[in-house]
Amino acid sequence: MLRGAGRRYGDRAALRDVTLELEAGRTLVVFGPNGAGKTTLLRMLATLLRPHAGEVHVLGRPLPSDGYAVRGRIGFLGHDALLYRELSGRENLSFHARLHRVATQRVDAVLDAVGMTGRSRDPVAELSRGMVQRLAIARAVLHEPELLLLDEPLANLDPAAAAQVAPLIGPASGATRVVTSHDPAGGLQGADVALGLRGGRVRLLAPAAQVTPEQIAELYR
Amino acid sequence: MRSTVAALLAKDLALEWRTRESVPAMVLFSIATYVIFHFGLDRDRVTGDLASGVLWVTLLFSAILGVNRLFVAEYEQGGFDGFLLAPVDRTALLVAKALALFVFLSIVELVAVPAFALLLLGPPLTQALPELVLVLALTNAGIAVVGTLVAGLAIQTRARDLIVPLIALPLLVPVLLAAARCATPLLSDGGAGALPGNWLAILAIYDLLFALIAYAVFDFLLED
Amino acid sequence: MLTAAFALVFFYAPNDADQGFIFKIFYVHVPMAIVALVGFVAGGVFGALHLRSGESKWDMRSYVTIHVSVILAVGVLVTGSIWARASWGHWWVWDEPMLVSFLIIFLLYATYWPLRFSIEDREKQSRYASVFAIVAGAFVPLNFAAVRMAESFTHPQTGTTTTSAPGSVTLTFLVALAGMTLLFVTLCKYEMASKHATFRLRALRRRLAGDDDELSLTGRSAAPQL
Repeated sequence: MLRGAGRRYGDRAALRDVTLELEAGRTLVVFGPNGAGKTTLLRMLATLLRPHAGEVHVLGRPLPSDGYAVRGRIGFLGHDALLYRELSGRENLSFHARLHRVATQRVDAVLDAVGMTGRSRDPVAELSRGMVQRLAIARAVLHEPELLLLDEPLANLDPAAAAQVAPLIGPASGATRVVTSHDPAGGLQGADVALGLRGGRVRLLAPAAQVTPEQIAELYR
Repeated sequence: MRSTVAALLAKDLALEWRTRESVPAMVLFSIATYVIFHFGLDRDRVTGDLASGVLWVTLLFSAILGVNRLFVAEYEQGGFDGFLLAPVDRTALLVAKALALFVFLSIVELVAVPAFALLLLGPPLTQALPELVLVLALTNAGIAVVGTLVAGLAIQTRARDLIVPLIALPLLVPVLLAAARCATPLLSDGGAGALPGNWLAILAIYDLLFALIAYAVFDFLLED
Repeated sequence: MLTAAFALVFFYAPNDADQGFIFKIFYVHVPMAIVALVGFVAGGVFGALHLRSGESKWDMRSYVTIHVSVILAVGVLVTGSIWARASWGHWWVWDEPMLVSFLIIFLLYATYWPLRFSIEDREKQSRYASVFAIVAGAFVPLNFAAVRMAESFTHPQTGTTTTSAPGSVTLTFLVALAGMTLLFVTLCKYEMASKHATFRLRALRRRLAGDDDELSLTGRSAAPQL
């Protein structure tokens, strides 16, 4: 999906010469210290950033030229929840549903799936971080995307909530997934391929079964 | 495209209704400016070209307030990302924001123009009301288009609140000029004069030209 | 070429009967204004080319054209002011559509540098600057027309003056116009060459420092980088 991809910020290269491929339905877990380029990678795959070098293909289409064609099939969860704080969860999701041309019944369905039906009419500003995270997940899966790009999806979620959202964004969802994680053991568990980034470069790329948590810990030193 | 614009516009109107950030501030600013003009000019009533000038300058400056806030919600709460991820025509954001600004300006004028009539205007407001509404509409359109463009340009800069008036005000000088010339006969003592057709045409041409430019160029502001 | 134009101005063209020696400023002021206006529009065109092609050389051309045009614009304001003072006794007159237009245009383009400087990401900076150049470039003729309509025509219109004036005035004016254009182009080329050199120096310095990933030693600037 990516070949020699690169992205610069001024004089600093956020990503250099990243090459990897991921089959449909598989999960790629991305490890790396802060600033290693994980977020940049995800945003590039999400069509939010254009590559400054190399080629990027997502869902079979090249970016950035065919970005419009794949956007509706990608679900992105980043650091920001992408929710308007003064509007309620329901209003936010309805807004995104309209943008993605998704039926309103679906909004009810995802609200239920993340367990937020009860608080769905409260402004986002009044919700706890865990609830906001759940709403963000709801937003990401609202349009039933084929590709999920998740930047630390389980942050701020207690184990119960994490279990609740697993069918939506976990391996059971059936989507191709790219997930960043800081948890070596847990991250490797649900993944097929592991990628380790450091300083914008690929330091480790192997099937997850062959990677040990110690190798991951190496990245962070 | 139309449904996207509708969705965006509905969202912006809902947000403004919920937070009441921009419109009340713009209204209060207008009224405060009238008071300042009263003291600055040392007059109880204004007519003709002076009235026209006071009205447009006040509206222009309060519009700048609205322009400053236009993209703030998107920028601060990651709203751009949310929009950019959707499979929609990105120019819809321009159209929706310009429409929203137009609506805000119209609401402000619903209060500010009668206030102007109350506080400072000599001749009665009703003497040429339909023509005045036409001039207001065309002026609002120009401000809305240019304002949205400049707001989009400035949102990424660090000194956003300073850059917006600095760029927008020179760009809006032709609008101010044309609107002032149009409104002068409408606000004169001794009955309203005729609406000057050539200045009205300038307003319309300006609106059209900048709408086309904005439409062509806006996409590039959203790319990354 | 420019020296030849100036020589013509001072030694060959007859003094205008009404305005005397000061009229010679006309040969500097008006060509400067025309070239500056064309320069601003060209800056917009280069900006459009940059957006379409994504090549930074167009952004560089846009930047330089606008830079030199702004310098010329200041010249227009100064010479116009001198002319106004000599002809009508005031340093500034609102009746001059040329002066007023240029004041507005100058105020607008003066924001070009704060705009560029405040966007840190270079690509984004170039892109936003190009958008600005296009909008402002389209604005220039519209503004000129609007202001001209607004004020009374006390400003001697270039067109009528040259058609009714003796041939020597027309010739001198055209030479001055050509000279000013060449001056503009020369200044642009000079500035572009200087920027190229600076960039190459910086690139070399970075390579000497070892790693391409290091932050630029010179920090941010408002000028485009290649």
